Amino acid sequence: MQVKAADPAAAEPRTRPERRARPSRATPPRWRSRKAKGLAYAAPTAVFVAVFFLLPLLLVGQMSLSDWPLLAGDRGLNAPENYADATDGTLFWPAVRFTLLYTVIVTVVLLGLALGLALLVQESRPGTGFFRTVYFLPGALGLASASLLFWGLYSPSTGPLSGILEELGLVDDPVSFLGTPTSALLSTVFLIVWKFAGFYMLILLVGLQRIPQDVFEAARMDGASRGQIFRSITLPLLRPSLALTLLLSVTGSLLAFDQFFILTKGGPDNSTVTVVQLIYREAFQRMDLGTAAALSVIVLAVLLLFNALQFRGLRRADES
Amino acid sequence: MLTRTLGRTPYFVVAGGLAVIFLFPLLWNAWASVSGQPGTAQESGYGFGNYRTLLDYDAGLWRYLLNSTVVSALTVVLTLGVSLLGGYAFARFDFPGKNLLFLLTLAILMVPYATLLIPLYVLLGRLHLQNSLIGLSLVLAMFQLPFATFMMRISFEAVPRELEESALVDGCGTAGALRRVLLPAVRPGLITVGLFAFLAAWNDFIAPLILISDNEKAPLPLAVANLRQQSMGAVDYGATEAGVVVLAVPCLVLFLLLQRHYVRGFMSGALKG
Repeated sequence: MQVKAADPAAAEPRTRPERRARPSRATPPRWRSRKAKGLAYAAPTAVFVAVFFLLPLLLVGQMSLSDWPLLAGDRGLNAPENYADATDGTLFWPAVRFTLLYTVIVTVVLLGLALGLALLVQESRPGTGFFRTVYFLPGALGLASASLLFWGLYSPSTGPLSGILEELGLVDDPVSFLGTPTSALLSTVFLIVWKFAGFYMLILLVGLQRIPQDVFEAARMDGASRGQIFRSITLPLLRPSLALTLLLSVTGSLLAFDQFFILTKGGPDNSTVTVVQLIYREAFQRMDLGTAAALSVIVLAVLLLFNALQFRGLRRADES
Repeated sequence: MLTRTLGRTPYFVVAGGLAVIFLFPLLWNAWASVSGQPGTAQESGYGFGNYRTLLDYDAGLWRYLLNSTVVSALTVVLTLGVSLLGGYAFARFDFPGKNLLFLLTLAILMVPYATLLIPLYVLLGRLHLQNSLIGLSLVLAMFQLPFATFMMRISFEAVPRELEESALVDGCGTAGALRRVLLPAVRPGLITVGLFAFLAAWNDFIAPLILISDNEKAPLPLAVANLRQQSMGAVDYGATEAGVVVLAVPCLVLFLLLQRHYVRGFMSGALKG
């Protein structure tokens, strides 16, 4: 890092004054060719960003304003019909409510557990390396693979969980993990927490290790209790890392798809349909790409707003 | 501190108990995939009946593994190539639009995956890349670019400028300097980027679900998810469990081998935060 900070300052005086000294003449060839080379090296990135990011962004806007059946393609503007259709659908508000509820529950449980795990394996003690790896291991799996795994784990016919809970005397009857709206939601939350807790633990661990040790030493010298140290030192200094995990968890949960598509299929009784599932249904089951695009634009707008708020909050935290 | 006041036993009980909870689903799935269950190919005893079901399912396990391998390899190669050149450009060159392009690349992170897939479905159709593994790889590589470009930019910036300049003085062009001097220096960054790209491509579900319509071309996660709807509602849990093992093993092995490089990705993320 130090090398990086010192270097541009050392390199710049060599080239810049030369350029400024001759403003009226053409740019020196070496400088011009360096510019051209930079452009050439950045060209693949520019092409990717333009074709697969900016173009689709424009296209989704156009689609959201057009009558666009899946098979027939573009049939001209019909604004604002798609937006009206998208928000009038019987599942729209239930899906929004469910997605928000799911996001709140997942984020609270996930960040709480991740923080606990990070504090647990923060100091190096015998076995911490092993425990860190084990907690992270589910994170190496894909979300779809993890969902398929839990689909078997929760199944009433082959899943072992119900039996284990009965053995332990925690329940009397076989548990239906995906059978009711509440149990389906909580079972999915458990899957997500299992899969991602180690991942967030790692982010928080990196943050914890960036806090200088002498701050803790000083607090201990002054006779601060462990609770006081946690509240007045660890939490405030961990704020950037916590903000990052909050951002990732909220964004990820608002866009939840794989886990519900595979585990609950939106059931029972459409009680676990998320907003992204709604986009998929509009596009490929109701075959209306226009309405799906309108839903996409709505989701995009909400997330951009949320991200902007988060960044403002982050910046304020940096300033204080 | 904690150890001195509390002793180590409670720590081991809590940490160990949690470890059991985290490991249990993985171990159970591996065990269930080879143990007997009614209604699966492995009716009783232990054996690989479920894996044989997977080998014969529809286009066959090898076909799906090949699809997944092609998509993952293409995504990794595309991501590495584009972010290597892009990282070099952003770290070492000045050119018009540099900051705008870098910001736009990072902005991919701000836009939800799912909202881009609907227009990408139409766009790939126009480019004749619909239902194609190449089209899928291009899309997956694009989603890797923000992290990859950021990672490669800071990797190049960490290399001392003198190293490159001495190569330029010795008569190397910038391409020669990149190949002979800089490439070895940024190798750890490349490994991190490649690992993340592979894991993302190997595991992705929603992109192939939307962009691939032909079951023959499905990557493995999609194929295993489809396999559950097989044979008139009768669910074959055993074959699914075997599928999860085949999906998980490469990820777990790679993660365990390259843990150090994986964690570096997090360090850079924390730097950014």
